Amino acid sequence: MSEYDIIVIGGGPAGLTAGLYASRSKLKTLLLEKLAPGGRASLAWKIENYPGFPEGIDGPELMERTRKQAEKYGLEIKSGEVLEIQLFAKGEGPLGSLEKLVKTMEGEYRSTALIVATGTRAKKLGVPGEEKLIGRGVSYCATCDGPLFKDQKVVVVGGGDVAVEEAIFLSRFVEKATLIHRRRELRATRTLCERALTHPKLEFILNSEVIEILGETKVQGVKVRNLETEKDSIVEAKGIFVCIGSVPNSTFLRGVVEMDKEGFVITDENMETSVSGIYACGDVRKKFLRQVVTACGDGATAASAARQYLEKWRSGKR
Amino acid sequence: MEVVLNDRNFEEEVLNSKLPVLVDFWAEWCRPCLMVAPVVEEISQKYAGRLKVGKLHVDESPLTAAKYGIQSIPTFIFFKDGKILNRVIGALSKVALEEKIGEILNE
Repeated sequence: MSEYDIIVIGGGPAGLTAGLYASRSKLKTLLLEKLAPGGRASLAWKIENYPGFPEGIDGPELMERTRKQAEKYGLEIKSGEVLEIQLFAKGEGPLGSLEKLVKTMEGEYRSTALIVATGTRAKKLGVPGEEKLIGRGVSYCATCDGPLFKDQKVVVVGGGDVAVEEAIFLSRFVEKATLIHRRRELRATRTLCERALTHPKLEFILNSEVIEILGETKVQGVKVRNLETEKDSIVEAKGIFVCIGSVPNSTFLRGVVEMDKEGFVITDENMETSVSGIYACGDVRKKFLRQVVTACGDGATAASAARQYLEKWRSGKR
Repeated sequence: MEVVLNDRNFEEEVLNSKLPVLVDFWAEWCRPCLMVAPVVEEISQKYAGRLKVGKLHVDESPLTAAKYGIQSIPTFIFFKDGKILNRVIGALSKVALEEKIGEILNE
């Protein structure tokens, strides 16, 4: 079985940055990624708020550059979906040091420190009709499926940055996009809201909730309830884009580290979880702002804290 | 190597194929499609002779894409003797895809 100083789980901005920092510190580091490096940032057509790129930068390009940078310093990247983490005391090792065993579908790996950067996935609405119509009009990624709805009517559910960005993106192809949001006002940043609210192809239904997705084999529309009047109405659409937030990819950590009700991993300011030597960074962590730039910052901190842990561990001072 | 499928050759290459066929419905603007593309290529080599792997560009072959109701890509559809055996929506890991292939080939 291969042994590493650090194993990083997840190859998005947080994981790749952690890998970069760890490799530059000459630590034997493995990054496990279940699909392809880049994470959800690779789905973004343009990242406009990452410092240093006044024209914005294409998500996959930024991630590809980060991957190359990390590999240049010796980061090993393998494909692997993590199923389980096990901890065990290492022989006569120093006090409290636990070795981490990472089990994937492809094989098992051991390390002294572990950095979890598994990110999030899209949250579902949880309304009737949703499950059976996924891929048949219900989508969680406008940049993936948007062009398939050329000249058709679509609905975007949500009112945050992602929802508004997706609606603006969709307006390039569709006849009309209707954004449905539960609150009275959009939550997205002002620049985005201004762009959206004056857009000729976008319409807004606020203070309203989608209570059902209609259609048998294909989406026909949604049933919407106005939260003030409690009246229901139907909005016709061929595509429903759900952008109501994210759920953490942390199931494999259940019972290992402390997390909040929703499954976001709780860390201290050094990204250390409730188990020493296990760090969490990026979107999977309970935090205030989930952006590429904050993910990178988390990754750098996690790798540096892990390095310190390894140094203490080796000198037996822990 | 993957077979390039289109509206013209779909019937011959897929529906009349002696081997089971895995069709990857994709487009170059679809990020997850590009992420999973290396996996699909690897699969096509690994299972050569046992499984035909084809790629159908949804914009270039709109009739076939519409016929199979493709509204999300990547969509993978397994065909055997002209019939649909399984349909998978969204990018997935090599292991997950191989699991589905295992189910199909053992039948």
